[in-house]
Amino acid sequence: MNLSILGGTVVDQTGERRADLRVVDGRVAEVGAQLEPHDGDRVLDAAGLTVSPGFVDLHTHLREPGKEEAETIETGSRAAALGGYTAVVAMPNTDPTQDCVSVVEFVRRQGVVAGLCDVHPSASITVGRAGEQLTPFAELATAGVKLFTDDGNGVQDPLLMRRAFEYALGLGVTMAQHCEVERLTAGAVMHEGDCCSQLGLPGWPSLAEELMVHRDVELVRLTGAPAHFLHLSTAKSVELVRAAKADGLPITAEATPHHISLTDELLRSYNAIYKVNPPLRTMADVEAVRDGLVDGTIDAIATDHAPHVADTKERPLDQAPPGMLGLETALGVALAHLDMALVDVVAALAWKPASIAGLGALHGRPVDVGEPANLTVFDPDETWEVVPANLASKSGNTPYVGVPLRGRVKHTVLAGVVTVENGIATR
Amino acid sequence: MSANRDLRGHAGGGAMSRSLLSIDELGHAGVQRILELADTMAEVNRRPNPKVPALRGKTVCSVFFEDSTRTRLSFETAAKRLSADTMTFAVSQSSLNKGESLRDTIETIAAMGVDAFVIRHASAGAPWLVDNWTNASVVNAGDGWHSHPTQGLLDAYTVRTALNRPDGFDGLRVAIVGDIKHSRVARSTTAAFKALGADVTWVAPRTLVPPTVHEHCVDDLDAVLTEGVDVLYMLRMQHERMTEALVPNLREYTARFGLTPERAARLDPQTLVMHPGPINRGVEIAVDPTELPGAVITQQVANGIAVRMAVLFDCLAAHQDPTSDLERPELS
Amino acid sequence: MSEKRVLTPDDVRRATTRMAHEIIERNQGLDGVALVGIQTGGVWLAADLGAEIARIDDAIPVGSIDASLYRDDIGLRPVSPAAVSDIGFEVDGATIVLVDDVLFTGRTVRAALDALGDYGRPKSVQLAVLVDRGHRELPIRPDFIGKNLPTSGDENVSVTADGVVIS
Repeated sequence: MNLSILGGTVVDQTGERRADLRVVDGRVAEVGAQLEPHDGDRVLDAAGLTVSPGFVDLHTHLREPGKEEAETIETGSRAAALGGYTAVVAMPNTDPTQDCVSVVEFVRRQGVVAGLCDVHPSASITVGRAGEQLTPFAELATAGVKLFTDDGNGVQDPLLMRRAFEYALGLGVTMAQHCEVERLTAGAVMHEGDCCSQLGLPGWPSLAEELMVHRDVELVRLTGAPAHFLHLSTAKSVELVRAAKADGLPITAEATPHHISLTDELLRSYNAIYKVNPPLRTMADVEAVRDGLVDGTIDAIATDHAPHVADTKERPLDQAPPGMLGLETALGVALAHLDMALVDVVAALAWKPASIAGLGALHGRPVDVGEPANLTVFDPDETWEVVPANLASKSGNTPYVGVPLRGRVKHTVLAGVVTVENGIATR
Repeated sequence: MSANRDLRGHAGGGAMSRSLLSIDELGHAGVQRILELADTMAEVNRRPNPKVPALRGKTVCSVFFEDSTRTRLSFETAAKRLSADTMTFAVSQSSLNKGESLRDTIETIAAMGVDAFVIRHASAGAPWLVDNWTNASVVNAGDGWHSHPTQGLLDAYTVRTALNRPDGFDGLRVAIVGDIKHSRVARSTTAAFKALGADVTWVAPRTLVPPTVHEHCVDDLDAVLTEGVDVLYMLRMQHERMTEALVPNLREYTARFGLTPERAARLDPQTLVMHPGPINRGVEIAVDPTELPGAVITQQVANGIAVRMAVLFDCLAAHQDPTSDLERPELS
Repeated sequence: MSEKRVLTPDDVRRATTRMAHEIIERNQGLDGVALVGIQTGGVWLAADLGAEIARIDDAIPVGSIDASLYRDDIGLRPVSPAAVSDIGFEVDGATIVLVDDVLFTGRTVRAALDALGDYGRPKSVQLAVLVDRGHRELPIRPDFIGKNLPTSGDENVSVTADGVVIS
């Protein structure tokens, strides 16, 4: 099926221009100011809307295999497509862990079967994410894995992390770190600060993240291997990465929508919806993370989409699992809370993460003749509010109920196939 | 049910009842109200038959997820003296391990027709969650490190009666000594004393106070005693704190922060000495409390019943109009 | 809301004196007689009656009782306990004169009777009120009345030593 996408304003790495497109056989075939649809073209109305490369999420928990009651690769893909994503990197803290080719292949295949989004599994750095033995990086790289992470946890042993960086050299893969020194965060349920002191809850000091950021920056300096920092949340972490980049180190970083929009004060409600790792922090941290995105210290917005079954979140804070949904609200949160030009927000959602994920040949491409048609069409101005029951995700743990969002995806196109039309998934 | 209802639990579920979750939510006016009510209840307790029909027909259910015979009995006695019916669920770990969630437990009990829950839970915030799940009153009997409002109230009441200060505690010097960080008693008692105008000082090593501290805080007990203090409140020092490298050993803790015979000798006989109980003899208090002229520890226990009677009555009878007239013929 | 003074301070004093005489006469003396003012309105009146009785004859015990914990409308509408009860004498076998400022539905007196019963078993209980405004809902009748004052249900009656005002 060929497509005509008419009336939109294209925003990509070359700039912003009013243009119509035609998509033929999965690729952009024509771009022009006023195109006529051919017979048999499916027409997507983009009047007043923005057309951009499809978004790429560096950090999604699809929960399958192992926790299918919270989300499956199919429901997660659908949520991704509705959020404007054409590719997601699936985190490896599944059960069994994505630490070997067979599980990685299973996840990739399930993504193909669902056909709503390109699912690119990451693999864990250590077997079973136990922090002891390295996974077979080369074998996994051959199977297409680009990002390695023990996300859910950070690698605690500095020697092991050094070996991981050294072994990764030359394989074209990147170590991605969930920075958390676990001895400093035992029992923590929220950010360690004023709020947690008053509430009498064990806290997660910012230092626990910053110490590991510092450690890995220095390991990169020592080994020369590239590193990517997941979900940075503190002002000092941003400073450390800024200094590392100024020194020319091969480092990239991401931040979540919730870390640019929500603070630890929300935990006064004791509502476990707001419990997440790393935790929501202070307004000063939120502003520093936003500044990091504005000046490019933080390259990408990554959702850390973490579905949890409803009754697990209706528990006291210390018994509830951490994590929030993110795929379907990422655009809306980013445009509502970032003081950035639209093209820069799209960069952080599309081509920059595509490059970090090693997907730059297919995703985040400029909207131009001959390029693969991975596109999203969205209204950058529409304000809306999320209703958990209307989300495609199997779970409902979004922290944004009642929070106004700005920016809403209307259509998503995956390799020339319409996955979302008028805000509704096509399958 | 939306997972994002406002979980702040405003005072009370139903129209004619309210909850007591923390001293902060009670405020200065609420604290005074309860203390005055406690005077009435204390008079009831002095009678040969200490019982009034005030809460007849109401059911009060204690749900204690953490062991505590003393507090539970105190609440049950309070409820019975107000002629309420009582139920007790001492939830054992095993029933929770069988997968019954807190919510399931509460909703099952609520279905049996309960007017008030008295909840003690190891997780901070649990009583707020319960308050959102039920229209019954919820009285917080202790949640994790966070809040134990009836303890704060009975401590304030004890000082009020011992020092005859019904109008407030302006200028009163209070020192709370020990493991502040892990103590819901410290937080609630501090809040209650401050609500009444007292000056509160925390005395503890840095490892035993919360990460950020806005109270006046020192680590030299001897200096505090030299300057003079009206109320000396000693907290329990739990043995578990040793394994978490919070203090090197108990001997050093007692030497620095305990009420040793030497410190007791220097104490002004007018200074009240208080403790939430049970005392770790030889640790936080290393003298016989009966030999301290200012010790009011047993009065704290007795006052606990009067204060809990006041709290239960206040929660279930919903004071809103101090001039309300029983004689108004129609119920409006 | 218009206010109407129906009793002046002098009227109140005369009524108090008359009731004091009636109490002594009805009980053929003051043997075993004690006054108990119902919180809050009956406390000043019990004290005044006690002073008057002491002037005419002899001093008798005067106490006060709070009936809030015995009300029949707890949990149905806002309730506020007035103050601590103070009964410093033996109730068993005594002749108790309950004292209140206004008698209306009778529910307060019923609650006060129950409260009194928790202190002991009196030989008998009599009721003295300054104003009886009618509209009884329970079978309660006063023994000593200052003034009968028919009112409508929605009027407010305020009684002090300075007089009685209807608004």
